[in-house]
Amino acid sequence: MKPAPFDYYAPTSLAEAAGLLARLDNAKLIAGGQSLGPMMNFRYVIADHLVDLGGIPEIAGIALAGETLRIGATTPQRELEFSDVVAQRCPLLKAALKHVGHRQTRNRGTFGGSVAHFDPASEQPMMCAAHDAVIEIASVRGTRRVPFAEFGVDFMTTALEPDEILAAIELPLWPQGHGWGFHEFARRHGDFAIVAAAALLALGPDGRIARASLTLAGVAVVPLRLREAEAALIGHAPEMAPIEAAADLAGAIAPLADIHASADYRRHLARILTGRALADAAARAAGRSVP
Amino acid sequence: MIAKRNISVEVNGALRQAEVEPRLTLADFLRHTLDLTGTHVGCEHGVCGACTVLVDGRSARSCLTFAVQVDGRAVTTIEGLGPGAGGLGVLQEAFQRHHALQCGFCTPGMLTTLTELLNDNPDPTEDEVREVITGNLCRCTGYAGIVAAALDAARRLREGEA
Amino acid sequence: MGVKHFGARVARLEDPALLTGRGRYVDDVNIPGMLHACFVRSPHGHALIQSIDAGAARQMPGVHAVLTADDLPAPMAGARMPMLVPNAAIAALRTQHCLARDEVCYVGQTVAVVIAESRYLAEDAVAMVEVDYDPLPAVSDCRAALEPGAPTAHRDLPDNLASAFRQSFGDVDAAFAGAPHVFRESLFQHRGGGMALETRGVVAHHDRITDLLTVWSATQTPHIGRRMIADLLGRSPERIRVIAPDVGGGFGPKAIFYAEEAVIAAAALLLGTPVKWIEDRREHFLAATQERDQHWDVEIAVEADGRIRGVRGSLIHDTGAFVPWGVIMPYIASATMPGPYVLPAYQLDVKVALTNKVATTPVRGAGRPQAVFAMERLMDRVAQGLGIDPAEVRRRNFIQPEQMPYAVGLIFRDGKPLVYDSGDYPKAQAEALTLADHAGFPARKAAALKAGRHIGIGIANYVEGTGLGPFEGVTVRVQQNGKVLVATGATNQGQGTRTTLSQIISDRLGCRIEDIEMSIGDTAAIANGVGAFASRQAVNAGSSAAMAAEVVRARVVQLAARALGVPEAEVAIEDGKAIAQSGNRPEIGFGDLARLSQGMPGFSMAAGDMPGLEHTAYFTPPQASYCSGTHVVEAEVDIMTGGVRLLTYSVAHDSGTIINPLIVDGQVQGGVAHGIGNALMEFMKYDENAQPVTTTFADYLMPMATDVPTCRIAHVESPSPLNPLGVKGAGEGGTIPAAAAIVAAVEDALSPFGIRFSETPLTPERIVEALTVAGAYKRAAS
Repeated sequence: MKPAPFDYYAPTSLAEAAGLLARLDNAKLIAGGQSLGPMMNFRYVIADHLVDLGGIPEIAGIALAGETLRIGATTPQRELEFSDVVAQRCPLLKAALKHVGHRQTRNRGTFGGSVAHFDPASEQPMMCAAHDAVIEIASVRGTRRVPFAEFGVDFMTTALEPDEILAAIELPLWPQGHGWGFHEFARRHGDFAIVAAAALLALGPDGRIARASLTLAGVAVVPLRLREAEAALIGHAPEMAPIEAAADLAGAIAPLADIHASADYRRHLARILTGRALADAAARAAGRSVP
Repeated sequence: MIAKRNISVEVNGALRQAEVEPRLTLADFLRHTLDLTGTHVGCEHGVCGACTVLVDGRSARSCLTFAVQVDGRAVTTIEGLGPGAGGLGVLQEAFQRHHALQCGFCTPGMLTTLTELLNDNPDPTEDEVREVITGNLCRCTGYAGIVAAALDAARRLREGEA
Repeated sequence: MGVKHFGARVARLEDPALLTGRGRYVDDVNIPGMLHACFVRSPHGHALIQSIDAGAARQMPGVHAVLTADDLPAPMAGARMPMLVPNAAIAALRTQHCLARDEVCYVGQTVAVVIAESRYLAEDAVAMVEVDYDPLPAVSDCRAALEPGAPTAHRDLPDNLASAFRQSFGDVDAAFAGAPHVFRESLFQHRGGGMALETRGVVAHHDRITDLLTVWSATQTPHIGRRMIADLLGRSPERIRVIAPDVGGGFGPKAIFYAEEAVIAAAALLLGTPVKWIEDRREHFLAATQERDQHWDVEIAVEADGRIRGVRGSLIHDTGAFVPWGVIMPYIASATMPGPYVLPAYQLDVKVALTNKVATTPVRGAGRPQAVFAMERLMDRVAQGLGIDPAEVRRRNFIQPEQMPYAVGLIFRDGKPLVYDSGDYPKAQAEALTLADHAGFPARKAAALKAGRHIGIGIANYVEGTGLGPFEGVTVRVQQNGKVLVATGATNQGQGTRTTLSQIISDRLGCRIEDIEMSIGDTAAIANGVGAFASRQAVNAGSSAAMAAEVVRARVVQLAARALGVPEAEVAIEDGKAIAQSGNRPEIGFGDLARLSQGMPGFSMAAGDMPGLEHTAYFTPPQASYCSGTHVVEAEVDIMTGGVRLLTYSVAHDSGTIINPLIVDGQVQGGVAHGIGNALMEFMKYDENAQPVTTTFADYLMPMATDVPTCRIAHVESPSPLNPLGVKGAGEGGTIPAAAAIVAAVEDALSPFGIRFSETPLTPERIVEALTVAGAYKRAAS
């Protein structure tokens, strides 16, 4: 399990990296290497050139710009996990990150790397979907900004062209006092989710649900926003009856089956975990304690 | 042929320079180029944790890191954890006292991971210890001795036994 | 003689080196000029090899050779590998070629080997070896394999029945004919791996000056390995040295001899350079042996009060594509089924099926976990059926301590009648129940249910034949530097063999434990050896160590009495010195005595004296010694997700006299962890074409630190009368009843739904399926 031979590049600017990517055939980008590394060791991925994004300061780090959290692509998961601004302004992300791999992999694994890798059971693309993220993409042709809904194309396939680099992720923040909930079922701590459910709720001045975001990971080829269930919540008080109705809609999806779980089991978990995530989000939004 | 690269890495406090193929993993660099065989390779796909070392003080899978990526960085392996000359540090002593190792193959990764944890958090709970070593598989011990050793070492370190 | 160390929680002597990175495992052996091997392996479950074209691979940079079967020396080029444990009941005596000749019978079977200047280059070249396969139908499921018309795992065999035999005693038909109650079960335990963290590995080096072939191997059985290599290479065993250095876990799969060990040895001879092969994890999933895969259909006949009248049924065992370790596992399984219970009549028909999967050979437990699962699931059925508490049903059926020694009525795997040597089964269960606060459980369960939580408790008992023969040897030699050299054919994969033997020897010989140097797992250190399997080393090597140390001590006393000028009765031995109060000097050290023992050049030895202060003892146990125990598990089930959390795990363990409680506790806790994996997680999945599909640690789920609670452990010590130390084996007891107890606990947690489980691993999905069928998720009509 040794990787096939490759040449290695360590650019120090985004422009340099984009130039390398435009010039080299069969090149792969590496950031933390926690997903790419195993695939290279198994020789599932054989690249002639490896371009390391780790030495480019302009695409690393967390910044709060107004009501948007900008996450540089090569920001390690660990940095987000321990970030005060994430804890205060984007608590759903912090909760989700605790389920990403292990301490050792979060030290090196990057947010942008995971989003670009686009595993359907991963929590990080899921967070992008939940927050209606905007993905900033760079190449020698310039920079473009892609809404996340258009970024995910298919199973482990994104809108990134071969010469493009995912540079940053912008998460529009929810208002202070919003409710959130995250529930995941994995076989072991840190494993990829069989199913994960994320909920965000904001109440209007009338105490009723004014805005909702419901997202599932592990059930489809891309993170799945439950638009119908979201719509069904609007205007209701944050209580059990509308939550159960929304969870039932989550339980009506047609999920994937693989060696880890059948479609029936995933459908069942989608309903249960959506209900649990929504219950937590509703409690938080209403200022109640979460069990 | 792909050209080899010159790298210089601070390993256990000593500067080491070598010419390496870009595809050489950090694990193989440590074990076979530098003959630091205390770091073990158990799965080469980033799950078992036996190859865990500290890079700039942070635990990392050396099977998922290429040697060229640690050029200019500081790496600590199991050989660099104790007081030297084969002596045992507080955590290592606790491992022996609590029978936290049997075959010893996962031990380098357990020690490096727990060294980082105790640096970050001198007073971890049992749950925190268990959670952080989910990144390290052990087939022999059933983890009980490892958890006990980590908590015991944390207490001794807090009480100033160094 | 003073008892300082025997029975004490002595910290392990192995640890300081392992804790500072100074262990020496096989991949740490580096020899100048060494080349690296990578195997070409079958991608098919079953296929004919039409041709192998290695031309392009041989031209790759750094490649020194590509070897196929025809390139190997005689006799291994054409001969199949020797069967390690032959048995008259084996119809298909089928073992594999070291490199496949014309047929491959499982994915991962060795076809060719590339020898190159690095493992990286060898892997590059393996990708260039072109093998033209003609795929054949493969058989994946062992029940399907025995159906008429099933594809055969080997094209030249008429069917897939490797062996069939019956175990029985008593009048089983009468037992069932008149029974007030009969309960039936169909049970399955799935295969998993040993999954030592260190994979297999071999380094071979031929020294042209001495003509010695040295083979370092991550093996549990170096002496057996030397015999195999000698046979396959047609070479004198005296010119072969096999060393098991530090080995990173064994658990059974490293006990058998593998094709790779012979091929690497042959390559080193052919090329005249040292060759290293370190198995990677993917190879380990494909080609290291696995175990469990047994289907049981059994029934139990009981009286109205739950006492057993008889047990009968059938068992199908999947041996995989080959039978390298004979039919040991189904045999052990069939003999383990009676367990700690008075069983008047028993009959089990066993069939062993060939399939196109890697062979099954013992993995920690070796057939026993399946048998205990079968028996304990039946006991739970009796309890449920008759409305008697599961602990009480078991209590009513226990063999009582005063019935020891107890003849079960079968022949065990050691060829001797199955006679339990000692044990107190009622006491073990009582102690485990106390540890688990069994009495308080109903209140806990009621409180949990009130809070919407589902908790359950499960009990399982077992009896395990341990300490199997034929022998193990220990040499104790006092050297002229005063140190005591100990050599043994026993091996160490983490069991603390060095510490345990040192405890025995330091007490019995009278030396400081730190003055003992040990040579373990080296065929050059002792003539005969067997190795680690069947929880046998404490019994065999431990007894030999005691015997050898006592012989040497007697010789020390004799020589010291002469040197000090006192009667032997006045000589005391302490810390490597012989001491006497009234002699011509107060003491003499072991080193000086060792010199004296050599005599003087030209002078006659005293009459009857043998030179040297040393002795080699080979203890040969008369039969297996039977350890036993009880596991009690409390588990919580999240009925909405099927997730299982083990709340407490209590073990009462009887492995006879305990040499080192620290080490025995570690063996129990580690064994339990393996059992938790078997019960809930580890699933080595093959598809219908016998393609393995769980070949990474992300897909094959090993228990993590968050999955394994710290056990509460009580020791019941029933010394074995069969060896001088009174010890029994301790390495596998933690695993054997775990699945039975855990599945029982889950079932109990779900008792409001009346659900039964009969297979492992018991996955969350399986639990949710069962709850769905039971109507647990139906909403009340509103």
